[in-house]
Amino acid sequence: MSESQQPTANSYLDMELLRFTTAGSVDDGKSTLIGRLLFDSKSIFEDQLDQVKQTSERKGKSEVDLALLTDGLKDEREQGITIDVAYRYFATPKRKFIIADTPGHIQYTRNMVTGASTANVALILIDARKGVIEQTCRHSIIASLLKIPHVIICVNKMDLVDYDETVFSKIKTDYENFASKLDVQDVRFIPISALKGDSVVNRSENMPWFEGSTLLYTLENIHIGSDQNHIDCRFPVQTVIRPQTDKYHDYRGYAGRIAGGIFKPGDEVTILPSGFSSKIKSIDTFDGQVDEAFAPMSITMTLDDDIDISRGDMIVRTNNQPEPKQDIDVMLCWLNTKGPQPRMKYTIRHTTCEAKSMIKEIRYKLDVNTLHRNESDKNITANDICRVQLRTTRPLLVDSYRRNRNTGSIILVDEGTNETVAAGMII
Amino acid sequence: MKNYNLTHLKELEAESIFVLREVFAQFQNPAILFSGGKDSIVVTHLARKAFHPAKIPFPLVHIDTGHNFPETMKFRDDLVEELGARLVVGSVQKSIDEGKAAEEKGKNASRNVIQTVTLLDTIEENEFDACIGGARRDEEKARAKERFFSHRDEFGQWDPKNQRPELWNIFNGKHNFGEHFRVFPLSNWTEMDVWQYILAEQIQIPSLYFAHEREVIWRNNTWLPVSDFIQIDENEVVEKKNLRFRTLGDITITGGNESEADTLEKIVEEVAAARNTERGNRADDKRSETSMEDRKKEGYF
Repeated sequence: MSESQQPTANSYLDMELLRFTTAGSVDDGKSTLIGRLLFDSKSIFEDQLDQVKQTSERKGKSEVDLALLTDGLKDEREQGITIDVAYRYFATPKRKFIIADTPGHIQYTRNMVTGASTANVALILIDARKGVIEQTCRHSIIASLLKIPHVIICVNKMDLVDYDETVFSKIKTDYENFASKLDVQDVRFIPISALKGDSVVNRSENMPWFEGSTLLYTLENIHIGSDQNHIDCRFPVQTVIRPQTDKYHDYRGYAGRIAGGIFKPGDEVTILPSGFSSKIKSIDTFDGQVDEAFAPMSITMTLDDDIDISRGDMIVRTNNQPEPKQDIDVMLCWLNTKGPQPRMKYTIRHTTCEAKSMIKEIRYKLDVNTLHRNESDKNITANDICRVQLRTTRPLLVDSYRRNRNTGSIILVDEGTNETVAAGMII
Repeated sequence: MKNYNLTHLKELEAESIFVLREVFAQFQNPAILFSGGKDSIVVTHLARKAFHPAKIPFPLVHIDTGHNFPETMKFRDDLVEELGARLVVGSVQKSIDEGKAAEEKGKNASRNVIQTVTLLDTIEENEFDACIGGARRDEEKARAKERFFSHRDEFGQWDPKNQRPELWNIFNGKHNFGEHFRVFPLSNWTEMDVWQYILAEQIQIPSLYFAHEREVIWRNNTWLPVSDFIQIDENEVVEKKNLRFRTLGDITITGGNESEADTLEKIVEEVAAARNTERGNRADDKRSETSMEDRKKEGYF
């Protein structure tokens, strides 16, 4: 990558943010790929590289092991594996990237789900020699369940199959056959060699038959403007701002982050669950009033009327409201080693709202390798994904996860340990 | 059609403001850990934005090692006055006098490690249940796995292998009495983001970040400022250099870089061209490969 491809002071103010997740096992080249993206975008500093060189030498490795750049905790380095989600950062003049680097083994499904929850793009690696394997299916199913808007399939290690187009085409066909069962809108295929650098940052001279874009170009240009919901107006109130100073004596602002839609001053709004209606008086920020607000902006809203509004309430457009529901169908990923207990009550958190809940029924357990629905095995433990029905103590203002990731997601908290034990996508 | 997309700095800002408001809503007694460095200054600036037009609803907590740059102290006091915020100072000297912490000895002695004692005592005395810090995931490998809401047990310790999963933007700050959380609103920011934001927002920062002339000695591959707190060997030469600091810690462990960057624009250019990480000049990170992880487990910042 040339110097001119680094962000400059000017380009920096126009950059977008793209979050992507990578999942993979030890030997499919994931660390090498991340290492190359970081290295080629000059995000690796000399002192970091020196440290990795020293460690590589101490471990008796002949080459510098770029995978060490992405290892974090002591245990991980000692065991040579990734245990937890690690976040990495790099930037080009067009975009800043956040990589959620997650382990790919089935026992780390919960970490894959965590990484996938905020991602715009899922990067899935396939070893060209092995083709579509169980792990590929697992990663794809998780990407589909978590509704990652874009999937990029990197067919890696093309150098080991002589850059053969037929190998790539066969994998593409195999994957497309499998993916027809999934709910993924945008899938792209790129043949690469992370080790040699083919089609990662630079076009490959070894694969003139491939007319698509390189991985980095794709990441820089994939359209993410529609990844947020800009249709259904949803504003969960986080807190109420009341300065009570002389200057702002009667000021009452509702602070929060827009979860969907576009709000403008003058809009007719309804406050849920109370059902009172009002009009937006102003949309305030520290830098002044704005004439519209959309996800994921953090703003403060004032209304024409004095209404009792507090945290957990939701301000919506009067003509487009979420459904208040007490019986909620959810696809649940269990995160804790202690499985769900019968009749046990969990705190449920949905946007800024909190209630108590109970798992009324486990419908089936989903096999994340095959999509098979197992209705007889309802023994749920960490890393299991299951379809359940929840009953809550009060109605939650929900949308389907497919429609809006912000208002369609929940977590369950164990009231004894305070741990987050499950994450759910509302159906 | 209009493009409803935020720039990356605006999106990071929106995320941080959301996190700060969650802290206010979920905790009884939160505080900002304020070191006087650029990251905690940016956190304080974001808190100001999050609760405008009300005042910042958090006190600023400074763990005072006694080994400060005088410039940092003046900056701290001026900012506290401007914000009308409450300042809480935890004194490392007091911890030493009370026998709770022992001063390190020798040429490279610092109070970096023992300030954890003072920090945890200050949290306990004031019953803070959330401490907001400016740490970023890009800073150090142990920090790459840190959560936005990071749980600490009743001993103030971090268990990296047993962290709460954090999905979407739903943060779980539930805790038992005596436990607390560390919260990191800048988790997804990089050093470059911070500098660009300081430039874009014209945020005031201590003069130490700008190139200036200072008496220094060459030690451990960096220019260490001459102060009352370091012993200078006979063979070490005091020189005058034009330099600036990329990070600010104690005066005993913070090395400077030779630099001509005396404006924010020039600093941004310098950071963009830098080939070493900002913590490369911090003696506290060089003690071992896992020094950050080890200190964090004990309850360090």
